[in-house]
Amino acid sequence: MNEDHLQHTIEHKPTYGIYILVWLVLLMLTGVTVAVAGINFGNITVATALTIAIVKSYLVLTFFMHLKAETATFKLFVGVALLFLLISIALLFSDYSFL
Amino acid sequence: MHDKEQSVSYLDYKGKHSGIFAWILSTDHKRIGLLYLMASLLFFAVGVTFGFLMRLELIAPGRTIMDAQTYNSLFTLHGIIMIFLFVIPGLPAVFGNFFLPILIGAKDVAFPRLNLLSWWLYVLGALLAVISVFLPGGPADTGWTFYIPYSIRSTTNVMPALIAAFILGFSSILTGLNFIVTIHRMRAPGMTFFKMPLFAWSLYATAWVQILATPIIGITLLLVTVERMFGVGLFDPALGGDPVLYQHLFWIYSHPAVYIMILPAMGVVTEIIPVFSHRTIFGYKFIAFSSCAIALFGSMVWAHHMFTVGMSETAQVIFSLLTFLVAIPSAIKVFNWVATLYKGSISTDAPLLYALGFIFLFSIGGFTGLIQGALSVNMHIHDTSFIVAHFHYVMFGGTGFGIFAAMHYWFPKMFGKMYNMKTAKVGFWTLFVGFNTLYFPMFVMGWLGMPRRYFDYLPEFQIYHFISTIGSWILIVGLIIMFTNFIKALRSKTSYTNINPWSGETLEWTVPNKPPLENFEVIPTITAGPYEYKDNDEILTKEDN
Amino acid sequence: MSVVAEHISEHVHRDDLGSRMGIWLFLFTELVLFGGMFLVYAVYRFTYQQEFHVAAKELNTLIGTLNTLILLTSSLTMVLAIVAIRKDNKFLSIFFQVITIFLAFGFMVNKYFEWMAKIHHGIYPGSETLLAKGNGEILFFGLYYVMTGLHGLHVLIGMVLIGVMTRFTMKGTVNSDKYIHLEAAGLYWHLVDIIWIFLFPLFYLIT
Repeated sequence: MNEDHLQHTIEHKPTYGIYILVWLVLLMLTGVTVAVAGINFGNITVATALTIAIVKSYLVLTFFMHLKAETATFKLFVGVALLFLLISIALLFSDYSFL
Repeated sequence: MHDKEQSVSYLDYKGKHSGIFAWILSTDHKRIGLLYLMASLLFFAVGVTFGFLMRLELIAPGRTIMDAQTYNSLFTLHGIIMIFLFVIPGLPAVFGNFFLPILIGAKDVAFPRLNLLSWWLYVLGALLAVISVFLPGGPADTGWTFYIPYSIRSTTNVMPALIAAFILGFSSILTGLNFIVTIHRMRAPGMTFFKMPLFAWSLYATAWVQILATPIIGITLLLVTVERMFGVGLFDPALGGDPVLYQHLFWIYSHPAVYIMILPAMGVVTEIIPVFSHRTIFGYKFIAFSSCAIALFGSMVWAHHMFTVGMSETAQVIFSLLTFLVAIPSAIKVFNWVATLYKGSISTDAPLLYALGFIFLFSIGGFTGLIQGALSVNMHIHDTSFIVAHFHYVMFGGTGFGIFAAMHYWFPKMFGKMYNMKTAKVGFWTLFVGFNTLYFPMFVMGWLGMPRRYFDYLPEFQIYHFISTIGSWILIVGLIIMFTNFIKALRSKTSYTNINPWSGETLEWTVPNKPPLENFEVIPTITAGPYEYKDNDEILTKEDN
Repeated sequence: MSVVAEHISEHVHRDDLGSRMGIWLFLFTELVLFGGMFLVYAVYRFTYQQEFHVAAKELNTLIGTLNTLILLTSSLTMVLAIVAIRKDNKFLSIFFQVITIFLAFGFMVNKYFEWMAKIHHGIYPGSETLLAKGNGEILFFGLYYVMTGLHGLHVLIGMVLIGVMTRFTMKGTVNSDKYIHLEAAGLYWHLVDIIWIFLFPLFYLIT
């Protein structure tokens, strides 16, 4: 078993700076989403809003939730969960997108 | 030296609580397993009783012993009780709890207190379901599937039933969560994933389904509750809601739920077959991966329950194809089991009989599942008793017999007593005959058009119903024989001290019967895989040469 | 008796990584719980695109944006609270946790005013005004109330959880060597934030 039973800490030296930086990026992305929403590109607006939401979530997951520093197992777990949701929505729409 | 405290069995040791609190506040995975066993067997008995009454009603056309409303409530409750209180928790919560830590060389699960909470949630949900029967309004009559719009309109106690199911779902989720962390973090030194017993693998795959699929039904039932309380309109067709969307959401959980039911049972069979063939399991990795494949593919086939509701043709074809594909990993398991038995030194004890019974009955269930997966055929047999037969073959002939197999296999280890083997075999054959007499006619009459969930029927179906009801009586006799045998053994004064009666090679056969609190005096270091029957392999090599 | 008690305390082992694993698995269930609601949203949005567009006009983008900023900031303060306690700065950690709770409270206050405004306009499940509108709009508001309501419930639970963590930090149960509880509350809180990150554009920005 390669996972240390007593592993308490994730990274070695915690710093405040990186999180403040990520926060600023998140605020900026929020601004972009709102600005783009004002311009009506139809479906592109939706796609943009969702893409930005995904990027924001990725930042929260990776940095605030320390997924970046966790072992590969955790990242695999998140992948599995997201895969389940993706499969569900894709197959669900096989009913609704077609006649 | 040998620690005196450690040799006290888990049944006898005295912790900080006494009396009944020593059990219902215990965080020992073995005691929790027994708590689940007692509760689930109690509800199994209730479910069987309801089934018995339903069959009694159906022995002749027209009203026999009850009115239609009562019949509707009976089949609703029979479904809810059997599915949520017996078959889903059955193997993971009873035998998973009791044996998973021992199988991987651990002292307990990762979160023992969470484990206890799981049991309490189970009891709470079960009580709420029972209470719903007696509250004014009467028990729910929607079927366990709670289809819209009737579940919004019915004036019976649908809400308590919904909330009960929600709470039970939580119990299931927490058990799955506990098992995943246990398997990842608490295996004994040297036990890699691929040296784990296959029952542990099956619990692992099951746990993922429990965690990911159950919340979907959680939210769905919550939405129906909110619909009934506030009229939000999310499913109500009168307000623009889509009843078919409800069905989609319901089955996105409830189909994977059947894999929660069957995977651990397959795991039990995989434990028993090598032991009673005295041969190592054929295709260990195939079986391990097939469990994961079943979990994955199983979450992609849900709409095969909905072929007749008006989905797009595209969806129908896709789901039909995926349904055929999901049969493949199950078939792989059957091939591996048969290959293990081949040229083995077979001991025909009760555990093996039940395991073989599983293979036979599950195969029939599985094949009929494929038949149902064919779109054109499905149009004719959907909502007939063909479907009822199919799912009883897989859920009862499959998981049910898997539970009975586990009981017979692990009984001496859990209780330090031994049952009468002859009686056990008589019990098995009675059950087997009763089971087929009860359910096989349903295939025939379903094919001929007998609808399911119908209180009354045309005279041409009577002969099948009659045979089926007789079958239910034989089945119940078989159950009585089986359980009487166990009770007699439990009450016997003779201690059974053989810690490895079946010559098993997994870790539970190295610890005393009625294992002590922390299972192992010393956590073992693992060097070999499970099921290493070296002598037999040598024999085989000599034969080939 | 004491010998047995020793066995029991040996029994409860510490495994922070295992605890984190457990929390993540629990978060997946929350993700799928809300995911199910997003599935419903997706289907109805797809079916009633125009009506969703119209209905969304009733929502106040300013408050929505403000709430988004509030939650994002609360996520920051939560993670800063953990950094602080790891640096053994107890006071600063408590400070950040309390700020988080205040921000969450601010979110709920905004939500309260939003809901009240709508209810005053007669837009709530089962109301005559709402039922008079088209099916798509009824569905939009049904989804709005249920999804933001469920999310709000989770914000409340988060506030309580973080409150408990604040107490733990004051008492020293959470300290620079053992902060798994605070991490757990933090992970939960970030998920609440992520759910809002998706709720916001899907309800407020589709006009």
